[in-house]
Amino acid sequence: MKKNRPVNLNLSTVQFPITAIVSILHRISGMILLPGVLLLLWMLDMSLASQASFDTLSEWLGNPLLKVALWAILAALAYHFVAGIRHIIMDLGFAESFESGKLTAYISLVCTAILVLLAGVWVW
Amino acid sequence: MVTSVTSFGRNGLSDWLIQRFSAVVLATYTAFIVIYLVAHPGLTYQEWSGLHSQLWMRIFTLIVLLSNVAHGWIGLWGVLTDYATDRLMGAIALPIRMFSMALYLLVALAFIIWGVQILWGVN
Repeated sequence: MKKNRPVNLNLSTVQFPITAIVSILHRISGMILLPGVLLLLWMLDMSLASQASFDTLSEWLGNPLLKVALWAILAALAYHFVAGIRHIIMDLGFAESFESGKLTAYISLVCTAILVLLAGVWVW
Repeated sequence: MVTSVTSFGRNGLSDWLIQRFSAVVLATYTAFIVIYLVAHPGLTYQEWSGLHSQLWMRIFTLIVLLSNVAHGWIGLWGVLTDYATDRLMGAIALPIRMFSMALYLLVALAFIIWGVQILWGVN
């Protein structure tokens, strides 16, 4: 048997390209938003049902646990929003090469990081 | 594997297009609400309920809820048919997909009805 035969698909040496990471994060953020929108609708209900429930919601939003949950949902939403716009731009026929795809992937991550920070500032 | 029976539009191209159109609706609403909230620091109940008691806002929000259900359906279907497959999971894959889609449909119907109740309950 040849000793120096190549080892195919050694997974520990295979790295996801940035475009694959951006793609899988889009899916993960989407799955987070499935239950996430239920919390948002519940907040819309509280905020609109009456003055009393509006005040109760404002009070509850002081709770750190709810703040973290809301921030997590807003972070998923921010990411899904940005990555979705990247998708639409590509669907329209722009930035479709691997090189430009990598560039827009990095831009998406930077934009999301900024939005997530701003959302954190907003929630706290 | 027969998967088209649980897709949203029963057709891949139609699902693809619905996902894009609903995405634009959802993104527009998200941007609108974020800009509104940033522009109204210290928002009062009067302002907020005043916005939502207008017919155009009720229609806009209801279209957003319907878009959300369609968009989520297509997204969940795409994820399930990629990962909950016979090859990855064996015979349990089909029950997992069917249960997940059925649960999604129930929650989605409740989501819409709850949303209508919220929107048309505002004075």
